[in-house]
Amino acid sequence: MISPVSEDALLVTLADAIHTELPQQIRAICQQLEARNWPWLQDLIPSYTTLLIVYDPDQIDFRQAAAAIRPALAKCTELSTSTTAPAPGSDERTIDLPVYYSEETGPDLKALAVACGLSMEAVITTHTARSYQVFAMGFAPGFAFMGEVDTAIAHPRRETPRQKVRRGSVGIANRQTAVYPVSSPGGWQIIGNCPTRLFDREKLSLLSTGDRVRFYSVSRQQYLDLGGEL
Amino acid sequence: MSSHQKGLWVTHAGVSSSIQDSGRCGFRRQGLAVGGAMDLHAFNWANKLLDNPPGSACLEIMLGGFQATAERDMTLALTGAYAEITLNGVQVCHWQTLTLRAGDRLAIGHSQSGRILYLALPGGIDSPMWFGSQSVVPRERMEGLGPIGANTRLLTRTLSEHASDRKVPASSRPDYQTELTLRVIPGYQIDRFSKDDLLRLTTSVYELTQQSDRMGFRLGGPALTDVPSGIISEGLTIGAVQIPGDGQPIVLLNDCQTIGGYPKPGVVASLDCHRLSQRLPGQTIRFEFTDIADAQNERRLFNRYFRHTRWVRSATGLVWV
Repeated sequence: MISPVSEDALLVTLADAIHTELPQQIRAICQQLEARNWPWLQDLIPSYTTLLIVYDPDQIDFRQAAAAIRPALAKCTELSTSTTAPAPGSDERTIDLPVYYSEETGPDLKALAVACGLSMEAVITTHTARSYQVFAMGFAPGFAFMGEVDTAIAHPRRETPRQKVRRGSVGIANRQTAVYPVSSPGGWQIIGNCPTRLFDREKLSLLSTGDRVRFYSVSRQQYLDLGGEL
Repeated sequence: MSSHQKGLWVTHAGVSSSIQDSGRCGFRRQGLAVGGAMDLHAFNWANKLLDNPPGSACLEIMLGGFQATAERDMTLALTGAYAEITLNGVQVCHWQTLTLRAGDRLAIGHSQSGRILYLALPGGIDSPMWFGSQSVVPRERMEGLGPIGANTRLLTRTLSEHASDRKVPASSRPDYQTELTLRVIPGYQIDRFSKDDLLRLTTSVYELTQQSDRMGFRLGGPALTDVPSGIISEGLTIGAVQIPGDGQPIVLLNDCQTIGGYPKPGVVASLDCHRLSQRLPGQTIRFEFTDIADAQNERRLFNRYFRHTRWVRSATGLVWV
């Protein structure tokens, strides 16, 4: 479904519920659209079930933009519904991120473990046991909303957000998990810290919508060797 | 020091002054805000007064309180909010070019009407380019990309001397005191709002609250009573009218987050976002619905005016070319 949003944007809605296959499908649509090199296409903002397409209203209007986009959408939908065609996510990337899970880097680790009726070790094992899908980017440069975490460690945001969450903090909010790329206020349950830089001014965001991420546990010393800060 | 390193020496930066151009294009998917000058009307006029290329970087001075000294002879342009402006202690007008001699002191008092002033230098202000833009988004706290502080030198990109004294025609100088009606392009979620609430939104008077910054302006007034539940987070645009649980509208502006999950009846037309950005807390706002084609056409005419006009010889107005 294509809907007008503003003078310079339209929204493509692909589903009315979150599904793990959608980020791959949306990524395939983005690639289709970018390959056309339209001079009026200004930005693509994928999210869980939608793609916001920003165009230059000096060059094109809503109806023209929608008409141009429709064939690319049809092609991608065809691909994803066909069982014989290769999955649109064949170029899927998996990124491994080190995390030092501890009380000194994860101020909510202990409380979250208690609330979930688990040991801290069990929380760590559960968080590292599966890979996560990047559903959307937003909130801050390089901030990736990932999911879904095991229901055993799913926990709501803190009632009172922290004024400052340190850069690299790894958090849980309900069934989502994320790494804070820069220090900022935030309400996620912080269980550890990732020393990998998620946003760089030259290289931009390490993660993008459609990627898969796997966390692995590192020791205090490994964390420091990787550039982690205490 | 060679002459090209002399510029405008800022001694008081005011509440918040930052370099802004027309904003970043194509980086929202990275989680980067659009940024850019909030009031393109005053911004475009500041550049037009100096014949700068459209979108050249200016200094966006929030609420005034700014002082600077010229280190060499220069012409600058000043537009936007109304405040007491003096050159060496003598009151001068803005919405025009100002010629400064080396050593001259420019002082801008606190804004009495309007929120933002734009200061343009010939050829645009020189500053680092990141993400295809010179715009600074303070909330992202990127190293070296914050608001300017005192004891900062603003340098021009060209040394061309602008001898011509120019004034923006009186008809193009806005009155920021008038009540503003924001025209909203209805969005696909409009059906999720009740008829009563949409009527309330378009017939009530809202007041701009203190919670208004480059990210967005929070309004206060008759709350919508039947607010739809949150939506799955989706991409946002400047001007989006978010209705959080308390039923009070928030209009998102240039430094807003890139995705969000509050329900939205629609998006404010860009020319009205420019007008809104100049309003101060306590001023009143109304909403009405408009048509996307009308909004797009008005914006095209606005852009075309600044691109396809030139100054007449008397420097008092513009003609189409």
